[in-house]
Amino acid sequence: MSASQKYEIDESLPYKAIAIGGSAGSFQVVTKILSSLPTDFELPIMMCLHRLRHVRNGFTEALNIKSTINIEEPTDKEPIKKGKIYLAPANYHLCVELGNTFALSTEELFNNSRPAIDYMIQTAAHNYRHKLIAILLSGANKDGALGMKAASEKGALTVVQDPAECLIDTMPTSALKITKINHTLSVDKIIDLLLYIDQKIKKKK
Amino acid sequence: MQQEIELAQLKKITDIIQKRFDFDFGNYAMSSFKRRIQRVIEIYKYASIDALIDRLNDADHKFFQEFLSEITVNVTEMFRDPTFWRELKESIIPNLLLNDREINIWHAGCSSGEEVFSMAILLTEMNLLGKAKIVASDVDNAILAKAREGKYPIKNMEVNQKNYERYEGSFLLQKYYKEEAGKAIMDKELVKNVEWREHNLVSGGSFAKFDLILCRNVMIYFNQQLQNTVLKTFHESLHKYCYLAVGSKESLIWCEIANKFVVVNNEEKIYKKVKD
Repeated sequence: MSASQKYEIDESLPYKAIAIGGSAGSFQVVTKILSSLPTDFELPIMMCLHRLRHVRNGFTEALNIKSTINIEEPTDKEPIKKGKIYLAPANYHLCVELGNTFALSTEELFNNSRPAIDYMIQTAAHNYRHKLIAILLSGANKDGALGMKAASEKGALTVVQDPAECLIDTMPTSALKITKINHTLSVDKIIDLLLYIDQKIKKKK
Repeated sequence: MQQEIELAQLKKITDIIQKRFDFDFGNYAMSSFKRRIQRVIEIYKYASIDALIDRLNDADHKFFQEFLSEITVNVTEMFRDPTFWRELKESIIPNLLLNDREINIWHAGCSSGEEVFSMAILLTEMNLLGKAKIVASDVDNAILAKAREGKYPIKNMEVNQKNYERYEGSFLLQKYYKEEAGKAIMDKELVKNVEWREHNLVSGGSFAKFDLILCRNVMIYFNQQLQNTVLKTFHESLHKYCYLAVGSKESLIWCEIANKFVVVNNEEKIYKKVKD
């Protein structure tokens, strides 16, 4: 395999955003990813992690300790910007509106979750289509599977964490069951893929 | 398997509703509006979105009211964001007392009324309920009727009580309701002077002047253009140096007339009107 074919990606590099979903149990994995990114990482990252609904503060701060890039909880209608990392706030669904802005919602729980990963990835896929990279990490419910299906149907690059590596693998296996996923990777490989794409985008500039 | 709803189909729906019921959903935030339409299709078990479009084409006003109730989001809690309510108690209300006049409060988009009861409890515990005049409005008549009734599923009271504790309320929330057949029946004395009003923020405009407007997690269902319009209504409806509270993850900074307000508490998103 030559270096340029290291991963099966769209070589024209259309990517504009990354969406990552996981449960509270993915905390360590997310921390590992966020501590491995360069401070000038090219793509905006939006994350939806299951978290306590009635605890507004603490989670983002805890993730920020190790992250190389400051993580923010977006406000409603905030434009999505390059170089930023966003985390869905407690007790709100985080969605993407056409025109690259966020929209928040207090709609009913979905998959017993608010924020729901499905809502974030579905709306991100609707807005970014093949320009999205959608990543689903480990977790104990099927939230995210419908989102990954929507992403796959829109031509996004889809990645799930290797179930063999997950403490609880319901999340990635649910996605693998209902849709085609481009890559099933260990966390280290997910990081490697993100760095690889980042390098390629930088070279192209 | 559900079919993806196309933007053109949503446009068709908003056009029909505009024409037949003079109600404008055209500037609702698309991501949530689409899900709400999907939800209606599932609740009524329509075979497709076209079946819903047909139904709306020959719907009477009664069906439209039901439709409206399902589209609007009515998820709320008493004392949601306890630190916000504490800020009202410790800073905003005491500031308004300095004006030495009746305190006029508007709950815009009050839904099933949990925040109205929260406010009434807060004022009661400050011995100020008699000094305040509350208007509570919503676009959906059915939910207003529920709010007026003040009956909530008893299972909801657990979260409400937890919020009330974090707010540092003076008693137990149980002081303000009695349990009957699985429902918490709120004490009607709390809201006996509340004016319940059907009002559409999209088209209703300003109808009075207030010292404090609460509109939390309502404008998130509108697009930026409509948020601008609604903010103008609120600006017009506030006395100078009085307050507007929005949801903790909402911001006025993307709005056209944001410069007529200053933020007094950014964590709780409480703004003060500083320019006419």
